[in-house]
Amino acid sequence: MSEQAPHVGFFVTCLVDLMRPSVGFAAIRLMEDAGCRVSVPDDQTCCGQPAYNTGDRADAVAIAKRVIERFEGFDYTVLPSGSCAGMICKHYPELFADDPDWQDRADALAAKTHELTSFLVDILWVREVPGDFRGKVTYHDSCSGLRELGVKAQPRALLEGVDGLELVEAEKSETCCGFGGSFCVKYPDISGAMVGDKADDIIATGADMVLAGDMGCLLNIAGRLSEKGAKTQVRHVAEVLAGFGDSAAIGRGGKD
Amino acid sequence: MEPTSHKFTQNARRAIGDDRLQAALANFTTTFPKKRLDVISRLPEFDDLRDEGVAIKKHVHANLDFYLERFEARVIEQGGTVHWCRDAQEARETIFGLCRAAGAKTVTKSKSMIGEEIAINEHLEAGGIEAVETDLGEYIIQIRGESPSHILVPAIHLTGEDIADTFKEKHTQLPADRDLGEPDAILREARAVLREKFLAADVGLSGANMLIAETGSVVVVTNEGNADLVMNLPKTHIVLASIEKVMPTLEDAATILRLLARSATGQDITAYTTFATGPARRGETDGPQDFHVVLLDNGRTEMLAGEFKDMLRCIRCGACLNHCPVYASVGGHAYGWVYSGPMGKVLTPNILGAHKAADLPNASTFCGKCEEICPMRIPLPRMMRHWRERQFVSGKGAAAKGKSGLKLWAWLAKRPPLYRLAASAAAGFLRILGRGKGRIGRLPVAEGRTFQALYRENGSKEQ
Amino acid sequence: MSGAREDILAAIRRAEVAPDGDPAGRLANPQPNLVPARGQGLPAELLARFIAEAEAAKASIARLSGRNEIPAAAEAYLAANSQPFEIKAAPGLANVPWTKQSLLTVNFGRAEGSDHVGISEAFAGIAETGTLMVLSGPDNPASVNFLPDTHLLVLDASRIVGAYEDGWALLRREHGKTGFMPRMVNWITGPSRSADIELILLLGVHGPRRLHILLIDG
Repeated sequence: MSEQAPHVGFFVTCLVDLMRPSVGFAAIRLMEDAGCRVSVPDDQTCCGQPAYNTGDRADAVAIAKRVIERFEGFDYTVLPSGSCAGMICKHYPELFADDPDWQDRADALAAKTHELTSFLVDILWVREVPGDFRGKVTYHDSCSGLRELGVKAQPRALLEGVDGLELVEAEKSETCCGFGGSFCVKYPDISGAMVGDKADDIIATGADMVLAGDMGCLLNIAGRLSEKGAKTQVRHVAEVLAGFGDSAAIGRGGKD
Repeated sequence: MEPTSHKFTQNARRAIGDDRLQAALANFTTTFPKKRLDVISRLPEFDDLRDEGVAIKKHVHANLDFYLERFEARVIEQGGTVHWCRDAQEARETIFGLCRAAGAKTVTKSKSMIGEEIAINEHLEAGGIEAVETDLGEYIIQIRGESPSHILVPAIHLTGEDIADTFKEKHTQLPADRDLGEPDAILREARAVLREKFLAADVGLSGANMLIAETGSVVVVTNEGNADLVMNLPKTHIVLASIEKVMPTLEDAATILRLLARSATGQDITAYTTFATGPARRGETDGPQDFHVVLLDNGRTEMLAGEFKDMLRCIRCGACLNHCPVYASVGGHAYGWVYSGPMGKVLTPNILGAHKAADLPNASTFCGKCEEICPMRIPLPRMMRHWRERQFVSGKGAAAKGKSGLKLWAWLAKRPPLYRLAASAAAGFLRILGRGKGRIGRLPVAEGRTFQALYRENGSKEQ
Repeated sequence: MSGAREDILAAIRRAEVAPDGDPAGRLANPQPNLVPARGQGLPAELLARFIAEAEAAKASIARLSGRNEIPAAAEAYLAANSQPFEIKAAPGLANVPWTKQSLLTVNFGRAEGSDHVGISEAFAGIAETGTLMVLSGPDNPASVNFLPDTHLLVLDASRIVGAYEDGWALLRREHGKTGFMPRMVNWITGPSRSADIELILLLGVHGPRRLHILLIDG
């Protein structure tokens, strides 16, 4: 790895850390393959979005300050989540309107923070990936990635490079799956109705696998697909791109 | 209509179990977005027009007093009268007083969300004055004793069969065995019944999509033409409008009109756009003798002063309802009051009071679709978040529920070593839970170890 | 309730929204904002666009070469649509040679609930959406546009403009810089409609079921 290799601070995110470690390793492999030096700060926790979205601004500010301190030294901060990346890129700068010093630091971190697939495509110009998958795949556009960060073409461009993979679009790929963090806990009926529609939309594509860039959506979708007895596999896009497709899909592994 | 916004979760659950409602919702939440996309694809300047619309509204908010006074002066010059009302009660009393002074027995109404907001029909009826909604959808829900489930298509939750049954039940003057099987037959009957009301009415009560400061004009858009009969036939015309509806010039109105119908129903423009200016002129054989404008605050000035100012840009197009996945799941009635969908989640607590609509700003995934399509680029998720922040601080409302759990989590998030420990424990625990049966057993299972633990053990090569 | 006005205005001023622009200047000299390309073009383009857009909005159009053809065109349309030959006409159309058409009964004045057919005249046509701009007045009662089931609307092709703003400019030019607004300006785009029943498009709810434009060329 050259001296000029961009130094990436990898922000694993809570759900990947807790629920799907393989996504973290897949993301690291993709970035290292593209010539990055990847570091994983061991004192990282959460981006603070749950606090921010629940109205707990004080804790969101405190957590954001910690994240800024920890990650501002890297050339880039990359997250395998549009939602958490959106928190840093779009919402951190909103948290410090009354605090010019922190405002500048939040803006600076926001400017060099990226969701994984857009980092690979827009910054690193990656077009070829190690993964292969024989079958039909559909992609769910997670809301924050799509609307806050404009993540739409990037994962599809990368999936085009996966040997054997055929991408089929769902009619409502841009419609929210109903996860919404605490929303699915506070309003389980509505969340259930929304993810039911999402599952039907995915099943209607006839795809063998559904991919997305956010673990929250994926866990939500996997739960409903398995309830419906659908055979559709559920994976984070990084796993397929990195060629980690042999392990058990989300929701299929642990029931031994 | 007694608000039930405080029972949002119960309302929502009932709506989700209502198959007919679900079919209707599926129909129109796919139809309207498609029509909107189609129609804006024929107007490449659409996004630039949105920016201009936002700029006009911001300009109006900065000069609201000036434009309102100018509007008032122009109305008076034309021979009209302007009545300023601080709240719903004042507006109800003002309108009732004007109707009584006109000797009114029957008032025809064209659709006015402000009229719903102040419950003017109930007030008039209580005073012995018949108030007849003339928008077809509004009329249907009025005779059923319901509130609108959508600001544009108020009866969208009903099937043609429901409506035919209602007409047979309520229009007892007509033969019981008439055929209302076709939508057009329902329409003919409504036209005939309402035509008599139009011709008999002493007062016409309309809303306003905009007020024009330049000319003192009132702008009303409809597809049915009912507002034009309301504004033309009775001797007295009363306009009910909230203060943020004022616009500077006719040119500014044209810009907003290019956005309104395209965002609302996916039409380039509605069939009728009417600019009404004062009472009948000398020599005119139709038009009202008396022209009144009731200007209502009802919480708007408070919004102007605070973090909900951007919400005053809303032009009531309903696009945020049509595109909202939560609205698509539960429909308008679940929101329990006049305004539903994302705009209702922001407006209802502002107008009714936060404690009466605590769930509304929380019942969103923040998917951002509403902000994406809002013609006035209102940051609706941000406005909902403002409400959540107030609830969290005050400890009241749905945002404050689970506050202790969230606080524990935030406490951990600020202490990395403890967070890691807790995460590892949680990962193991979730794995065990995942092996179980029942509801939790169907949820995806954790893999048992955290990424951080595996990474520290094996480096980046773990798979 | 004299206090309400002052209270509301004071509350607005207390809100202290950051200053923006010159409101008095904006009213004194109204300027168009962005006018989309579909509202601009050469006269022939605007004529073609007006016709296409009006027809897309479910209006029908007959091309006439002069006002003297109005009675025959009206009669032909009513016959083709099985409508009665009794017309309530705007008084401004009294100079049309109606009497040469023996089959039509024409009365002048405002419309009543019993009128089945009305005819009035448009001030301008707006190409961008196929919209007719109709002014109210003693010669052109607004009720004629709305009460009858069938509405015939006379439009001189030379009065077709591109955009809504062009309609306002024409009105200011011909009716004065102040006090130019008639009691009603009606923009009419196709016949009355509703989708309130299961989103099925139905025509003729309260206003006319048919809008027929008599477009006078030359």
